[in-house]
Parts: sequence; C-alpha cells; structure tokens
Amino acid sequence: MFLRKILMASLLLCGATITVAQESRFGTPATQADIDKRFWSTFPDGENLPDGQGTAMLGKPLFEEQCTICHGTPEARGENDVLFGGHGTIGTDKALATVGSYWPYATTVFNYIRKAMPYTAPMSMTNSEYYSITAYLLYENGIIGEGDVINKETLPDVKMPNAGNFIMAYPEVPEEYSIQK
Amino acid sequence: MTEKNKTLVVDPIDQAAGNGLMSRRLFLNSAFAGGATLATAGNAFAQEAVVGEGQEEWTLMPGDDLPEYGDVSRYEKGRVKRFVAPPPGLATASLSGRTPLHLLHGTITPSGLHFEVTHHGIPDIDPDRHEMVIHGMVKKPFKWNVEQLENYPTVSRQYFLECSGNTRVNWADPKPDQNFMYMTHGLVSGSEWTGVPLSTLLDECGVSPDAKWIIAEGADSGSLARSIPIDKALDDTMVAIYQNGERLRPSQGYPMRILNPGFEGNVSIKWVRSLYVTDKPVMSRFETSKYTDKLHDGKSLQFSLEMDVKSVITRPSNALSLEKRGMYEITGLAWSGRGKIAKVEVSADGGRTWAEAMLEGPIQSKMLTRFRIPWMWEGRPAILQSRAIDEFGRVQPSRKELLAARGRQAYYHYHAIHSWSINARGAVRHVFA
Repeated sequence: MFLRKILMASLLLCGATITVAQESRFGTPATQADIDKRFWSTFPDGENLPDGQGTAMLGKPLFEEQCTICHGTPEARGENDVLFGGHGTIGTDKALATVGSYWPYATTVFNYIRKAMPYTAPMSMTNSEYYSITAYLLYENGIIGEGDVINKETLPDVKMPNAGNFIMAYPEVPEEYSIQK
Repeated sequence: MTEKNKTLVVDPIDQAAGNGLMSRRLFLNSAFAGGATLATAGNAFAQEAVVGEGQEEWTLMPGDDLPEYGDVSRYEKGRVKRFVAPPPGLATASLSGRTPLHLLHGTITPSGLHFEVTHHGIPDIDPDRHEMVIHGMVKKPFKWNVEQLENYPTVSRQYFLECSGNTRVNWADPKPDQNFMYMTHGLVSGSEWTGVPLSTLLDECGVSPDAKWIIAEGADSGSLARSIPIDKALDDTMVAIYQNGERLRPSQGYPMRILNPGFEGNVSIKWVRSLYVTDKPVMSRFETSKYTDKLHDGKSLQFSLEMDVKSVITRPSNALSLEKRGMYEITGLAWSGRGKIAKVEVSADGGRTWAEAMLEGPIQSKMLTRFRIPWMWEGRPAILQSRAIDEFGRVQPSRKELLAARGRQAYYHYHAIHSWSINARGAVRHVFA
C-alpha cells in the first residue's frame, strides 16, 4: 500500500513535469507573426483593436463608394442587410434588426467590416478607413456625432441602444423562455 | 412504397393509436417479407433460342470500367440533389444548400448532399499553406497543419449538424410553407466525423485555469468567428479532418474544421485557423446580430448554442403523396443536441392519440435517430405528426407551445412538432396543427 502510494506520487510528479515542459507531439511552436496573421477578433473591451482613427464625415464618401451598392443609403434600402433605422421595432412583428436597432457592441461593427468587407475585396482598406466607415454607420444611426473621433480608445465606450436586451442562454435557456417547464 | 405491403392482413390487436397507427412491432413480427416462391423451371433443353432473350441490355454485355471516384447512378442525378437556395440579391447573400431528407434513408447523409450554409463563399484552400494556431491564455502557443494533425490518435463519431435557422419559415410565415421538405427541414444532416479531440491539443498548449471561452476563426473571406465555451471545448469538441471516411470537402471546411456536437452549426467553424483561449466571448457579428433569437418582449436569447429536441416525418411528406389505400411505413428522423433520443411518438389524428414508434439502433448521442411505425391508411383524411423525447426528458413542443414561449420573430431554433395533412385523395400538405 505504501509502495503504491509512492509509485502514484512519482507518477503524478512525472505528469506535472511533462505539463510544465509544454511540448506538442506533432505541433510546431507558434510565433507572434503566426498568430497576428490569423487572429482578427477584436473585443468589446477594446482588446486587439488596431491603431488608426476616423470620423463619420470621412466615412461618408467611403461608404457611398464601397458599400451603397449592396446596402443602400439611410434614405433608400439596398438589396442586402439594412444597416440604418429600425429603432423601436425589435419585439414587434415588424422587427428590423440594423446596426442601430439591434447590434449590442460597436466593436463588432468595426471588427466585422474590417475583416469581411467590402464583400468582394475584404481587408482591402486601411484601419483608419474602416474606423471611418464604422463612425459613419454609428452617426447615421444617431449614436455618435458627425465629428466624433472613433479609434481603439473611443470605440469601446460607444453605448449601443439595444445593448441591454440580450439574455445569456448557455448552458440553459432561462426558465421564463424555456419550452421545457 | 405503395405496393409492397398491400396484402398484409391487419389484426385489430395490432392497432396502437387512432386512425390506423399500428404497433411498431407489426413489421418485425409478421411474416410479410415478400413471400416469394421459387418459380418452376421451364424445360430449357427443349428450346433452341439463346438463353438471354428478354434480358435487359446491361445484363447481356460487360459494364463500364471502374471510375476513380464513384458517382451515383445517372438516373438519380436529377432526383437526389441538394436544393441550393437562389441568392435573393447580390453576392453578399448567405447561400444554403439543403439536404433532400425525404429521398434519403438511414441516418448518414452522403457527403455531397450534406447541408451547407455559407456566408462568404467556399474558399479553395491549399493545405500546404494552411495552419491552425492555438494561442491566448495558454502556457505555449502551437500550430498544426493537416498532416501534423493526422499523426494524432483520432476519434470517429457520428453526429448530426443542424443550422439553427432550420425550419425558420415556421416562425413568422402566416401560412405553412409548401415547398418540399428542403425548405422546412433541409438544414440538418448526419455524418461520421473523424478528427483530433480539441482537448488533446489544448492540453499540449497548457490552458490557463482562468480560461472560459475559445474564439474560433476561419480562413474564409469573412474570417467567420464564434465563441465556444471552454467546458464544451474540453468535452467533445473535435478538430475534424475527415467526413464519412474521406478528407473534408471544401464546402465542409477543408482541410480542418471545428465540430461541436449538438451545437448550432454556425459555431462549428469551418476552415479553422485560429483558436484564441480567453476569458470572454468575442461578440462577433454571428453571435450578436445573427444567430440570436428575438423574443416577444424585445429581448433576445444569445448563445443559444445547444440544439433542441426535434423530429420530423420524412415519409410520407409533401413531396411523397399516397397513391392508394393500404399499409404504409411512416418513417422520419429525430435528434437532440443534448444526448440520445429516448422515444418518438407518432400521431395520425393531429395529436389526439399517440403511438410509440420503433427506434432504429444503435441510438447515438447527438446523432440522427430513425424512427418507423406501420400505418394502415384507409383513405380518410389524416394529420401525421411526430414528437421526440430525449434521454433527459425534454419533449418536442407543439407549435402553439413554442410560439407562446418565444413569439414569432425568433428566426432561429424553431423545433416544434411538424404536421403533414393527408386528404382523401392521398395528397400531403404541410399544415399548422
């Protein structure tokens, strides 16, 4: 029994040693460059937002040049996702989920257009251009002013109108909305 | 399906519920298995004609050489194909290819018929230039290409994948959708997936005890990203490199994808290239503005990741009408994102009475389960429904119950009982019942 305990202890010790060494059997150690190339996520608290900055005034002509063809303008809808208006419609039968009426985080707007837009040429603009288009979308939805500077410091502070209306459903849907009473 | 059982004699003792539903054991117990008798041999010696007279031409000459990669019969190409939804507008529209569940049997979906939803198209990835990196709250970041992953002990498991937008037309549409089952249910499929448990790779990197989420990103032109809870990642999430025995197809994430069993499909990031271990979700577009479920009170469910308990009758269904009275087999699929299917009940009278269907084993956790029940259709109108119950006692709700709890704008995670009405002529229509 005593011997067995010693054996167990030494096995555990071995295990711990191996863990500390952090070796991968077949993987290759990743460099910062490996990570930077593949890691595009930016977070609501500002983590991983890049340098650069913009305003709605600078973003308007960029939006009209690059985005209007699919998304229309604040006055006239385009064929794809509506980005403006819809305020107060969520929860009604005419729900119109737009950047202004639905999206809970301004960082998500920047993150998505920076990595995915324009649709046929993603990542083809500069960080400042993407900040400017983000600012334009926020301005036209009545969330920021036309001259407000949007950058990695100010973007996380932008309060989105619908931010408080999301309910965590993992691991369980709250009782109130559960089908399984 | 109309011919095979017509001579079966029905004993009232075999009835299991109203309007013709029979005991699920009926087909098993009865000796209805064709009953072919040996034909008496003619006297071939007395005739001089070649023996092959009357045979089809393919029987009388050698067939084609073997193809390098087998295909379905040319007669099936028009019949069994995915339905690819036409783009409603310009190229930015999400595209979906839907599985023709009503034309398939068993529980494994052929890879070429597996449903697909793409938000940024299908990338054409050279595996020699694709690596996946695990980084963030780990002791040491590592990266792997597909050949390196191939060296690990792999696991093979059968799982369903379902887009949480499956059946979404039933939320808000005022009238029942009459497209074939493609449109209502074609965004669920079943496959055998082979890959490396994500926990194996995370262990090698040394995950911080403070980690709560893993942000997975793909190499597609939208760098599609979703947050995976760490408990899921350490449980049964895998980095899949094979589907149904062959390397993943480009549309399914070649050369490597995340596979989160039982979770809504969008979280199983295809073409995965970055796994960032952290303590908070990224709040990506696809977990905020999309794939959140709008409720009647203006709130929205977020991270409704686990798929619900759900079932649907695939035969008969609105593409497969009944041609004559007689004995039919009602069959369909049931699944639960939490575990195994425990029971499926079927009604032929719009939910007044229910009979237990036979489940075809082996019943696997988070995988499609096929159910079957004999049904004598005597030419009267009927409403066929199926109701699944999983091993945790979760019961598939009626449409009324679901809409009462969530409203009509949720868009995602519709999973109510589906109803097929059959009129006196045998025509099948989707109805809200």
